[in-house]
Amino acid sequence: MLFKLSVNNIRKSLRDYAIYFFTLIIGVSVFYVFNAIHGQTAMMRIDSDTRELVELLRTTLSGVSVFVAGVLGLLIVYASRFLMKRRNKEFALYMMLGMSKGKISALLLTETVIIGLGSLGVGLLIGIGLSQLMSALVANLFEADMTEYKFMVSGDSIVLTVINFAVMYLVVVIFNSIVISRFKLIDLLQSGRKSEQTKLKNPVLCVIVFILSAVMLGYAYYQAGWKLADNFEEGRLAVYIAMGAVSTFLIFWSVSGMLLKIIMSMKKIYFKELNSFTFRQISSKVNTMVFSMTVICLMLFVTICALSGSFSIRNSLNQNLKKLCPADVDFVENTVAPCGTDIDVLEDFKLCDVDIDSYLSEYVVIRTYMDENFTFYDFAESASSQVTDYMQEMISVSDYNHLMELYGKESVTLNDNEYILLCNFQTAKEIQNKSLAKHKTITIWGNTLSPKYDSCLDGFIEISENPVNYGIFIVPDSVIDENAVVSEKLIGNYAAETKQEKSALETEFRKQYDEKIRPNLHLLSYMKSNRGYCRLDTKLDIANAAIGLGAISTFLGLYLGLVFLIACGAILALKELSESVDSIPRYEMIRKIGVDENDISKSLFQQTGIFFLLPLILACIHSVFGMKFASIFLEMFGTEKTAESIAATSIIILLIYGGYFLITYYCSKGIIKEKR
Amino acid sequence: MELLKIQQIEKYYGNKSSLTKAIDDISFSVENGEFVAIMGASGSGKTTLLNCISTIDRVTAGHIYLENTDITTLKGKQLNQFRREKLGFIFQDFNLLDTLTAFENIALALSIQKKNPHDIEKAVQIVAEQLGITQVLMKYPYQMSGGQKQRVASARAIITNPKLVLADEPTGALDSKSAKMLLERFDYLNTQMQTTIMMVTHDSFTASYATRVIFIKDGRIFNEISKGHDTRKQFFDKIMNVVTLLGGDVSDAL
Repeated sequence: MLFKLSVNNIRKSLRDYAIYFFTLIIGVSVFYVFNAIHGQTAMMRIDSDTRELVELLRTTLSGVSVFVAGVLGLLIVYASRFLMKRRNKEFALYMMLGMSKGKISALLLTETVIIGLGSLGVGLLIGIGLSQLMSALVANLFEADMTEYKFMVSGDSIVLTVINFAVMYLVVVIFNSIVISRFKLIDLLQSGRKSEQTKLKNPVLCVIVFILSAVMLGYAYYQAGWKLADNFEEGRLAVYIAMGAVSTFLIFWSVSGMLLKIIMSMKKIYFKELNSFTFRQISSKVNTMVFSMTVICLMLFVTICALSGSFSIRNSLNQNLKKLCPADVDFVENTVAPCGTDIDVLEDFKLCDVDIDSYLSEYVVIRTYMDENFTFYDFAESASSQVTDYMQEMISVSDYNHLMELYGKESVTLNDNEYILLCNFQTAKEIQNKSLAKHKTITIWGNTLSPKYDSCLDGFIEISENPVNYGIFIVPDSVIDENAVVSEKLIGNYAAETKQEKSALETEFRKQYDEKIRPNLHLLSYMKSNRGYCRLDTKLDIANAAIGLGAISTFLGLYLGLVFLIACGAILALKELSESVDSIPRYEMIRKIGVDENDISKSLFQQTGIFFLLPLILACIHSVFGMKFASIFLEMFGTEKTAESIAATSIIILLIYGGYFLITYYCSKGIIKEKR
Repeated sequence: MELLKIQQIEKYYGNKSSLTKAIDDISFSVENGEFVAIMGASGSGKTTLLNCISTIDRVTAGHIYLENTDITTLKGKQLNQFRREKLGFIFQDFNLLDTLTAFENIALALSIQKKNPHDIEKAVQIVAEQLGITQVLMKYPYQMSGGQKQRVASARAIITNPKLVLADEPTGALDSKSAKMLLERFDYLNTQMQTTIMMVTHDSFTASYATRVIFIKDGRIFNEISKGHDTRKQFFDKIMNVVTLLGGDVSDAL
């Protein structure tokens, strides 16, 4: 009997449950898809380095999953609470018929179980389907071989998903029971009768609050986006974030009152067709959910930043690899400061019995120098005290040109009294460009040189995954003091063509390095200075790290972004739908006085649209400044293809948030149409 | 001049196994400038009749003509246009939008006719004056008394200068003082502004403000009396006589 009642209840309120069910299904499938990534890579042929990265990805994703489960749990509790409220009359009827509270709880439990099982089943099916698509993305990111790929289901992920959602449903059941135990019959019966008092907030107060919060927000933006960039402190960032959140709340508190006041004063617009009705509806909706709007706006903000940040990291990493790694091998011996020690890389290889020619088809050896009397502070006067001082590194123009020949890049020419500053790290560039613009002369080893260009030359000498060259001075060979050498670098290409051959050679070379050079570090020439280091970088290593970082950031961004979007969409949709149910009599009334169905649809579309757009607009504004702040930190990854990242982010938001909007609009239309 | 002509209309509810004849062959007509009350017990079919005239419901058979237009054949947009341009509605439960002020509620009837916003303001002021609600124009429905709400609803109904104002139990939710005040306004609108009003009620006192009363019983016209040159009191007594006759043991006709 109870079961039959539950099933009928669900069927009857399918309209209310549609969004709830939809949200649960997306939640379950997203949860499954991201936890199944690990299992999918097992099928792919990827090398052991990447395997380690996949392992790292797995741990990161499962850590984030705990957080995601928390967010989804809160969302489900919110949604179920919402649905409970809608059914107060029904519960009142049960209680009047003499049903005990225990029975009602049991009824709700049955309903939750049915919905839970249904959503888990459907969600997992969709998740399994989607995860096959996801493997294509995984393979693409890890550059894996997909030829042996088969349709697969991850048992681990299913178990994890089921356990997580079972816990969430359990929380919902407990929560519902608590709510039911507090029911009072009289409140339930009268719940629909309490007429909503739509008090218009004092418009003058609204305008004042709006202006104040806008000013506060502007201040927080300015401080976080510009001031904090020069002088970073974690504590202050927290203060600005808090200010941003508070002003967001105040803006939502005041915006509807203020806009309403403005529109009301424009009589031409306000008294046109259904506009007065539409704007009043919107303002009452916004007024009743200031807090939810704030949370939604902030979540959208995080989503936009997470998505576009992760995409731009990935895009830049791929770009950087092409641009910043034009050679296969970079071996460096470095003494940190000039100490009169002669460094000879090739001699050291011979000493360790490594035949460099059998691995590398071509290579160049270059040296860099430092002058103790020529530091960063000496050159960049405008540098803030945040940067610690260091000696500037120099390279002879002939070494530089040899290297560029290897890299296949343009060489430079230099007069005897000139220098060029080579730099590609944005912040360092900006600081040092100021000095170059003033035509700053430098004095090294007693020679005075003036700049050839009035800004930095964009470039680097060592291969790396990111543009992190703080500045190297290219100086004429004639001024170099050989005693001031600090490092010698061997940069070259493997004697191989294909990726596989290179990879095989690399394994060999690594082995030589690990077995012959590393145990004999004390024999190497740089060690005579008693300080410094030697290092081997390879393009393959850098590429693997880049792929891993790119993949992890992409997945994290997508995962968090999707979950947050679902949460935002669902909250707005539920609220809007219940508003529509409450507004049925209003629509009936305006229909009776002869309003066209088209005009009603238009009004509903405007209401839903503005309701969804408001938090999105503010979140976008937040994001512009948030990204400006983040760009300072993202800079070391490079900032290429920002437009592409923004486009990708917009598409994802448009699909999910827009999807929720459309579903809400059509469901609301159905709701207000029904009772004809 | 004949404004409304109702010709042998019938309205059935239900299915073959249990058929209810809510209206069973009713015909009558309403002249321009008349104030007609329709009386009957609960379930007599008077509200159904009003719904059919107001095009909220459809007749099963028969025709309704308003100014020679057969409104039973109107559909979709024409229907909405007809409703907003030719008819004015007053309901028992006021049916004001709780999110709008009195002014905006009244203005809405004009703005959905896409009237010029400037003219709207003037028009609202004029009807507010006529119905004595100028002081409450900036209030929300929840801040007004029932009588005020009903007068606002009446203002909304007449502001469009409709051919026919339809009122469904307009005094049903009002105390006797507010009811009297509202009915006096109706009388004013009818005599001074020549508004044609058709009102459904089961209250004899309310009906006594009309110029003609049509009695309905079980979906058929039972009787019809005109005020003629009687005073309101005399007319009330006449109505009471018919009600007694009509009611017999059905006391709720009072």
